[in-house]
Amino acid sequence: MDNYIKDRKVDSNEWMPFTGLEDGDSLPTGDIYVPLEEWLNARETLLTRNGRLGVALRNTDDPAIIKDDLERLDLVVLEFPKMADGRAFTQARLLRERYGFKGEIRATGDVLYDQLFYMQRCGMNGFELRDDQNASNSLKAFDEMTVTYQPASDEELPLWRRNK
Amino acid sequence: MYQYSEQDHQLLLERVSQFRGQVARRLKGELSEEEFKHQRLRNGLYLQLHAYMLRVAIPYGLLSSEQMRTLAHIARKYDKGYGHFSTRQNIQYNWPKLEDVPDILDDLAKVEMHAIQTSGNCIRNTTSDPLAGVARDEIEDPRPYCELIRQWSTFHPEFNFLPRKFKIAVSGATQDRAAVAVHDIGLRLVKSKTSEEIGFEVYVGGGLGRTPMLGKVIRAFLPKQDMLTYLEAILRVYNMLGRRDNIYKARIKILVHETGEEKFRELVEAEWEKIKAGGLYLKEEDFNWVKGFFNDPEYDILPDQDADFENLMLSNADFARWVDKNIELHKQSGYRIVYLSLKTAHQPPGDVTADQMDAIADLADKYSLGHIRTTHRQNLVLSDVQLKDLPALWGELKALDLATPNYNHVTDIISCPGLDYCALATARSIPISQAITARFDDYDFINDLGDVSINISGCINACGHHHVANIGILGVNKKGTEVYQLTLGGSAREDAAIGKIIGPAFEADEIVDAVSEVLSVYLENREDPEETFLTAYRRLGPALFKERLYG
Ligand code: HEM
Ligand code: SF4
Repeated sequence: MDNYIKDRKVDSNEWMPFTGLEDGDSLPTGDIYVPLEEWLNARETLLTRNGRLGVALRNTDDPAIIKDDLERLDLVVLEFPKMADGRAFTQARLLRERYGFKGEIRATGDVLYDQLFYMQRCGMNGFELRDDQNASNSLKAFDEMTVTYQPASDEELPLWRRNK
Repeated sequence: MYQYSEQDHQLLLERVSQFRGQVARRLKGELSEEEFKHQRLRNGLYLQLHAYMLRVAIPYGLLSSEQMRTLAHIARKYDKGYGHFSTRQNIQYNWPKLEDVPDILDDLAKVEMHAIQTSGNCIRNTTSDPLAGVARDEIEDPRPYCELIRQWSTFHPEFNFLPRKFKIAVSGATQDRAAVAVHDIGLRLVKSKTSEEIGFEVYVGGGLGRTPMLGKVIRAFLPKQDMLTYLEAILRVYNMLGRRDNIYKARIKILVHETGEEKFRELVEAEWEKIKAGGLYLKEEDFNWVKGFFNDPEYDILPDQDADFENLMLSNADFARWVDKNIELHKQSGYRIVYLSLKTAHQPPGDVTADQMDAIADLADKYSLGHIRTTHRQNLVLSDVQLKDLPALWGELKALDLATPNYNHVTDIISCPGLDYCALATARSIPISQAITARFDDYDFINDLGDVSINISGCINACGHHHVANIGILGVNKKGTEVYQLTLGGSAREDAAIGKIIGPAFEADEIVDAVSEVLSVYLENREDPEETFLTAYRRLGPALFKERLYG
């Protein structure tokens, strides 16, 4: 089983990472995601393929770079190189709330039980858990807290105004 | 005072059981110490020299008597019978056991208290003016704004893993008693120059530590409706761009400094434009709702004089000294604000025993409408005491050793725990503060010196705020001996300034003499007794002081 959660369910990961598109290479079939540079360089070629496409951002990339491409993408992959590095939280909110991305936003890297609640609030819905984590045990992390004060990708209003 | 809703309660209970789970996973080995560290730090739990230290949040420094009794109970049951009030208006316990912490959090939750975000790289407990709501120089009560910030920042999903810790302070008065200029964000309530509208002057990038810096005003007037959207914009810029490659360069002050004030402002304003109309835009109904928790109590209508009080002032010099030093005028006629000094020669600055805490809670109920405030100079305040009750209150405070007449005077020292408790310390600080207190314990001398601040830190992290004291002392380790650097001319108030090192460091047995020399230079050279140490120092410059200290 992949150590993967999608929309709060343990799931299997259909997507293949793909790099190394050289001149004359044939494109793989199936659902692939490519690094941002690859996407920017070979967008048109990649779009001729018959299969879903995703883009992986470094956590220093501004998601605005792909805002006009989001309609053609089904996946954006974000990275947590260390659990303490929280830049992708902002990237996810921008993708969901500002640029209206409807596809999967996937967290990769140091994706751990105690982050899942915050990640989901910021609009991430796919989670490639770190190898030592247990996906089915981690599902309860989404519901450990039910009260949220501030607007995020899951709530438009702050708690104090929702009550009225 | 803010009253918890059912949802606020629910959140605390969920948080405690979540933390219980984390402790259990840690004890089973499912969480590594490194990963658990991030979780426990978000619950105020540090690993210290001898034990864990638990920091409990006191939102903007406001406590009910019932909460104070719970703090006493925790000190007694889970600690060694005392607690330590910190420079960020919180309380710290130095000896809790890891396995007891979930139970402590349960006890706290019963009185609407917690340790959420009192440490870790997240938005910390917001601090404010300890005289909020009662000060005569108040433009508007900052507490409703602090409460909105508290709610917005609690478990903010986007800003829970920032490059570094993040501290916000709010002041609502002409005088700054919240040290806004040395916070990551400082907000000062101001009146618009062109209308009657109330808004904020926004400071960003202040902080102490290794690289002390004063905050820059990045917006001279922010309408109050925009407070939270603007904070969100600042935090978002910081979360994306703040440095993560070097822990010593990770605070927002470095980002502002390296980006340049002007460019940083542009980044914030550009982000703000995009979110200013969003869900965090504050409406009149939001202000009405939150201000409802901070209405004035029903004050009695009283004359601003009292015969018994005046008689005792004339007949009892001790009482008169205490009134002179530790009492402040109140906005309401017939009421006074009382500072309880936590600075005696008998205890480390800021320490309070469980018995004292219980007694203070009783005094608050008896004399001050059941509330207590904590201050950033590590003292306590009873904010609503009737003039006629001052003699009785004084008697009770004296019996508790809480009536030392030294508020904002030379023995009202801020000190960090230093080498006695802190794993990072390079020198002791509490013994130095006690030696200074012992040397200058003569009231007439203290009185004559007037308003002056001494702050002591046991290492470069500057938890004791030595940079912003009129006289700052920093303990460092030089080839195996503890030596002390002297910094002069700092201020944490509305005239905020970072002090400058005056010269080579002093050994532990020389530092008190050095402070004494500095004070003598001031006394000999001031224009008149009205000229404070800081004003005189600014006029005189460092040369005279240097000459006296180093010849
Ligand atoms: C006992 C163990 C303690 C440890 C290990 C500790 C550690 C630290 C460290 C490493 C910093 C620097 C952070 C930075 O530069 O970003 C710091 C800052 C600070 N500490 Fe502590 N601290 C301790 C106790 C205290 C206490 C008891 C207080 C309150 C009296 C306190 C108040 C502060 C404050 C206000 C700052 C912020 C200074 C700033 O704005 O940069 N600390 N502490
Ligand atoms: S200033 Fe240094 S010695 Fe003092 S508490 Fe902070 S880290 Fe410890």
